[in-house]
Amino acid sequence: MVKFTVENLAGKQEEIELPTDMNLNLMEALKASDYDIQATCGGMALCATCHVAIDNHEEVIGEPQDAEMDMLDTLPDADFSSRLACQIPIDDKLEGLLIHLKTV
Amino acid sequence: MDQNKISTDLCIIGAGPVGLFAVFEAGLLKMRCHLVDVLPQPGGQLSEIYPKKPIYDIPGYPEVKAQDLVDNLIKQIEPFNPGYTLGERVEELTKHDDGTFSVTTTDQTVIDCKAVVIAGGLGCFEPRKPALADLETFERKGVDYMVKDPEKYKDKKIVIAGGGDSALDWTIFLAELASELTLVHRNATFRGAPDSADKVFELAKAGKINLLLNTNLSAVRGNGVIQEVDVINKEKEHTTISIDNLIPLFGLSPKLGPIADWNLNIDKNAIEVNTFDYSTNIEGIYAIGDINTYPGKLKLILCGFHEAALMCQSAFKFVYPDKKLSFKYTTVSGAPTL
Ligand SMILES: Cc1cc2nc3c(=O)[nH]c(=O)nc-3n(C[C@H](O)[C@H](O)[C@H](O)COP(=O)(O)OP(=O)(O)OC[C@H]3O[C@@H](n4cnc5c(N)ncnc54)[C@H](O)[C@@H]3O)c2cc1C
Ligand code: FES
Repeated sequence: MVKFTVENLAGKQEEIELPTDMNLNLMEALKASDYDIQATCGGMALCATCHVAIDNHEEVIGEPQDAEMDMLDTLPDADFSSRLACQIPIDDKLEGLLIHLKTV
Repeated sequence: MDQNKISTDLCIIGAGPVGLFAVFEAGLLKMRCHLVDVLPQPGGQLSEIYPKKPIYDIPGYPEVKAQDLVDNLIKQIEPFNPGYTLGERVEELTKHDDGTFSVTTTDQTVIDCKAVVIAGGLGCFEPRKPALADLETFERKGVDYMVKDPEKYKDKKIVIAGGGDSALDWTIFLAELASELTLVHRNATFRGAPDSADKVFELAKAGKINLLLNTNLSAVRGNGVIQEVDVINKEKEHTTISIDNLIPLFGLSPKLGPIADWNLNIDKNAIEVNTFDYSTNIEGIYAIGDINTYPGKLKLILCGFHEAALMCQSAFKFVYPDKKLSFKYTTVSGAPTL
């Protein structure tokens, strides 16, 4: 199991606990937790509608791959903490992290 | 008036896979169709978002690339000779007293039709816009999301924002024309074509452009027209640049757009329909494909095709109330013609 905190656009925080052996990614986990994430492309790093922000993400969960970087570049409001939730696997690295949702 | 007038049986808003296939089903029933899409090419999400991806759940195709499916759909409907208005957004939908409709685009093209089919998918593909306060008030007053007429930027001070191919290509092209060009990009590297990226770095080295990497737009200001942008870098340092034009180039993404203003019943960005015939709350207007919603809806191409077939049966009765509809297999009716 892994536990992390999600903050929505209104600043409301919620703790989420999930099993790490279900092969889920963060976008799917957020959807399953009833967050209204569009995820138009279904998790293929092709739509950038699963935008989240995580501080120091590179150190904690590793650098984004090319496809994710490409898509992040299409987001005018992406900044240095931006990631695509669908490209982040639910595993122990997420323990204790604060994840900010960036889209409704 | 320099209005462009078109008259047809069905006006189909959206030339994605579902709109395209609706032309086929309508054609079998001898109804003429006109397709309108804001994109310059037909194919909707398939051509715009994932042209090279293989799709595995189209019946009869173990695997088909999205663009190939679109090309085949276009070929399949050729015999029915549909009209196309591409690169124009449908803005208004008017129902007349005699039960017919007019569909009007941003470029004032008017399509008079007997019934309307909304196959608008996830909505109109529109430029992604930076979330900056007041940005919209400067649109067409110095802020452009597309380069239509490069000459317009001659001897101007411009800022381009973005890191994809179009940001790189236009930076290279406009570097010669503009009096001062700054490219603002959130990253330290470019994901666009390596040749273009190299060229941009060369231009920066030669002092022909200002290249601001690890930098984002943070504010815009002006007085009737845009005059300044603020940028912020990774170290949280702010810089102000005085400009004549700002060109944010971040590609396109779908937005529901004008469809929301047509008095249709909308639930979570989708049009509610009756699954009997995919009709909406307004008689003579149908909605098929990703744009509609009903209990159990799945946003799949296959489902949109099915919806198109049922919709056409009902639209036929609406368009030709006096004509008898006899159902025929294509194997019986033979090669399609209008
Ligand atoms: C990455 C990705 C992978 C996918 N994989 C599959 C798959 O494997 N199998 C599957 O079945 N489905 C898949 N889908 C879903 C599939 O693409 C959609 O179901 C399909 O595109 C819906 O077709 P459509 O014709 O309803 O809408 P769209 O393809 O969205 O086309 C709608 C068109 O309408 C236009 N439009 C909207 N409003 C207006 C207006 N006011 N004026 C002018 N034009 C307008 C838009 O610009 C757009 O071009 C995938 C989607 C994505 C993003
Ligand atoms: S769901 Fe489309 S990019 Fe993540």
